[in-house]
Amino acid sequence: MAFLISIVATYAATVSFGILINIPRRALNVSGLIGVLAWVIYSGIVQIGGGSVTGNLIGAFVIGVASMQAARHKKMPVIIFTIPSLVPFVPGGQAYQMIKNFALGNPAVAADYLLQVVMIAGALAFGFVLSELANSLQRRYLTRQKLLKQTGIKEK
Amino acid sequence: MTEKELDEKSVRDNLVLKTALTAGRIMMENGSEVARVEDTMKRIAKNAGIEHSKIFIMVTGILMSIQDGAGAQIEPVTKRTFDLQKIVVVNDLSRQYAHHDITLDEFARQLNELDKNSLYFPFWLQLLAAAFVSGPLEVVFRHNYNLCDFLITCLVGAIGWAIFYYLSKLVRVRFVSEFIASVVIAVLAMVSVHFGLGINSDDIIIGSVMPLVPGVPITNAMRDVLDGNLVSGPARAVEAGMSAAAIGLGIAMVIQFY
Repeated sequence: MAFLISIVATYAATVSFGILINIPRRALNVSGLIGVLAWVIYSGIVQIGGGSVTGNLIGAFVIGVASMQAARHKKMPVIIFTIPSLVPFVPGGQAYQMIKNFALGNPAVAADYLLQVVMIAGALAFGFVLSELANSLQRRYLTRQKLLKQTGIKEK
Repeated sequence: MTEKELDEKSVRDNLVLKTALTAGRIMMENGSEVARVEDTMKRIAKNAGIEHSKIFIMVTGILMSIQDGAGAQIEPVTKRTFDLQKIVVVNDLSRQYAHHDITLDEFARQLNELDKNSLYFPFWLQLLAAAFVSGPLEVVFRHNYNLCDFLITCLVGAIGWAIFYYLSKLVRVRFVSEFIASVVIAVLAMVSVHFGLGINSDDIIIGSVMPLVPGVPITNAMRDVLDGNLVSGPARAVEAGMSAAAIGLGIAMVIQFY
């Protein structure tokens, strides 16, 4: 039940953030679905004990790759899909605890949360790097196929 | 070439430059990554028959020159908003131009039109969206399934967004609006818990500030650095960091007073 609520909440949050940054109407649903897909994979990894850093890394990777497919299919810029779907991955809770503990004068606890924020942000960025790699591999494969088709040469 | 032909060429070159620069500026203003802007501008020049163009893009301005003919021109980028719809429209126009569905004059005219008009969703829908960013994320982040907290978070988030929205029209500095909105959010969360409407003020604040999170600059900073745009990437990271700091300071201030 809690899982179902979370899925609905993730979808609603992703689509709503899309409305706030004004992405086109026909991209709203797809970005919501990408957000849910990445979040389900993330929580699956956390459930089996993979840790939140690995979860965020793979979540960002999934967002990067899925957004590229959506962008190619819908002929729209890829950021339209990545930005809203990254929203459920923002380390908001940890960042808040960091600020709160700094303000209340517990710098040691705050530093601990700061480290968590940095780790998660780094994992997200690195997941993105990996997805760029996958996307450029795919792009090379597609252009190669197109070229082969045009020239009519059979691949050995 | 006769004098008349030269004149015509220079007029056309100027139109190409102007169109490409306007397209680039609209995209930069509304939060596109640098690589995409450069690609679109190059394509526009290429489709207008100019094989080689040189483009230099920064967050605050664009410089473009084309081979022999018109001199390089500069287009400053002064506004900074997040309207991704405009990027898509410029993209579509550029694609139509590539397929010869519209002429260069028509392209330039439509860009000017786009520049003047705002394509945002109506305000009530944005308010509703802010509510539905805040509430659900409070649930997702904190695993807090309390209905009261959910509803209060939706309400506080929507109020925070409304304040941010109206202050952004009054004050040109984005960070000020973010700071004041987050102060109001934190105060409202504390007050609601004080009167027993909500239970956990931490969760309410975390959810409610989510609509203010600078998602566009963060993502773009990451993409620009990865593309090797070492001027725009860090500049955008600073922008995102300032926004985050403004939100954080607002909350920290209220917590300390409380």
